[in-house]
Amino acid sequence: MVNAQLAQNPVDIDPTRDPIVVVDGLHIVYRVYGAGGKGNAASAISRVIKRQKRPSMTEVHAIKGLSFVAYRGEAVGVIGTNGSGKSTLLQAIAGLLPPARGGVYTDGQPSLLGVNAALMKDLTGERNVVLGCLAMGMTPQETKEKYQEVVDFAGLKPGFINYPMRTYSSGMGARLRFAIAAAKTHDVLLIDEALATGDGKFRTKSKKRIEELRKDAGAVFLVAHQLDVVRETCDRVIWLDDGQMRMDGDPDTVLDAYTEATQK
Amino acid sequence: MNLGSSESLAAYAARFGLKQSSARPSLSKYIREVWERRHFIWAFASAKNIAMYSDSRLGQVWQLLTPLLNVGVYFLIFGVILSTTRGGVPDFIPFLVTGVFMFGFMQRSIQSGSKSVGDNLSLIRALHFPRATLPLAIAVVEFQQLVLSLIVLMLIVVGFGEPISLHMLLFIPVVGLQLMFNVGAGMIMARLGAFNRDITQLLPFITRTWLYLSGVIWSIPYLLQHSKALKDNPWLGEILKANPGYVYVELSRHTLLGDYRHYVHHKLHMHSTAELWIWAVIWAVVALVAGFLFFFRAEERYGRG
Repeated sequence: MVNAQLAQNPVDIDPTRDPIVVVDGLHIVYRVYGAGGKGNAASAISRVIKRQKRPSMTEVHAIKGLSFVAYRGEAVGVIGTNGSGKSTLLQAIAGLLPPARGGVYTDGQPSLLGVNAALMKDLTGERNVVLGCLAMGMTPQETKEKYQEVVDFAGLKPGFINYPMRTYSSGMGARLRFAIAAAKTHDVLLIDEALATGDGKFRTKSKKRIEELRKDAGAVFLVAHQLDVVRETCDRVIWLDDGQMRMDGDPDTVLDAYTEATQK
Repeated sequence: MNLGSSESLAAYAARFGLKQSSARPSLSKYIREVWERRHFIWAFASAKNIAMYSDSRLGQVWQLLTPLLNVGVYFLIFGVILSTTRGGVPDFIPFLVTGVFMFGFMQRSIQSGSKSVGDNLSLIRALHFPRATLPLAIAVVEFQQLVLSLIVLMLIVVGFGEPISLHMLLFIPVVGLQLMFNVGAGMIMARLGAFNRDITQLLPFITRTWLYLSGVIWSIPYLLQHSKALKDNPWLGEILKANPGYVYVELSRHTLLGDYRHYVHHKLHMHSTAELWIWAVIWAVVALVAGFLFFFRAEERYGRG
């Protein structure tokens, strides 16, 4: 426990600004159930009888003592190599993964926008828009007013809004999901690669929308592998390495250091 | 300013009123949030109903065809092949159809309730909303399906010569009470199913056993009068009579089928209708309150993993 606290990175607090997300000595350990073991019925029975744990279960220590404070109006980019804990961090902020130690404190309810969030894949895009808006707590009246705006923002090919969402390409699905989530102002919006599959035109639009969301005094977290997206959109970048803070600062400094480190 | 040892981050967060992102809201706030989502519940249920048959060519016709085919199967086996008036039950086909439809309503609500969280993980992980809306919406899906079945049911009941009477209006509160029970039971199963997928594999066997214990295809009052085992062990009969599966099925028959009511009251000399009403209300209230609280207490854990 003492060691873990020593391993934490120090945090500087800006007393003039309002915090919206505080990550305090966060450790995330999650279990993975996957392939492994023989996987036939006989071995499963002997496992149950011997009261063994599932052999395929392993524990992953994804975040190791992370601390930082994000303030209102910030757009924070999170970068790092694959498996460095970026997506885990966003899930933890969203409250979807329980901390093993430490804690995440937020003002308001964070919303996570991930690549795999298909909403309801058997329903048409139109239904997804309506249900998504209603689920976020809008009234039917507000939903009706926002509907056209969401559809226009998503910029789907004509007709596609009436097709089931499972027929969408990954880019179209991501665009519609982002458009739905962006219809409402969020206290904390967490975007996990959701913009990666969009084209250039959509990126410009979403960048503008993120700006607006920030002006409404929320905070936006963006995980992206395309560094130019991070540079364009964010005013602060956190570099994660193996679940720990490697660097935290303004985009140009961090991104340049990151590029240099990864191209070695 | 460096934090140092002067103030911990947790205290700093508390000073600005930040909360643990994984904490669940208070119960009253939660109920209010669910109420605010009532339009979502209804829209979600309707959308699910439409999507359910979207892959089949006949589409929505199946909503009407499924209960009709069910009736056909039971008519074939019990009406034609076995050609029985089991234990003197008058108008066996309406008796049977009422039982099958009302029990099926409960059975399906509980089964799809157990999957309501697991089947919607992507929605849960993408948007924040009170999770209780999902099992609620699933119960509404089943209710919407039932409404169509009930039209078929009424046609059969009237078709077998049951006179339309004001007494049938009492069937409406029976459906309402059963809906309350289904919502509560569905929420309990939703929480169990969310954390243990083995439950969904086991449920069909449990509900089938329950079907035989609930007097869906035979008359429990007749059994109580004629079974030696039940006469020797009266407590067993009391358990059978308190079983919610039996209570709602039997009460539906008492309100819809005048001949059957007459048969139970005057041939079997069991004046059990009032007792059925009491049990129906108790089960509805207990299941709804307990189910909601049980589901709520794991609110912050759904969708994790």
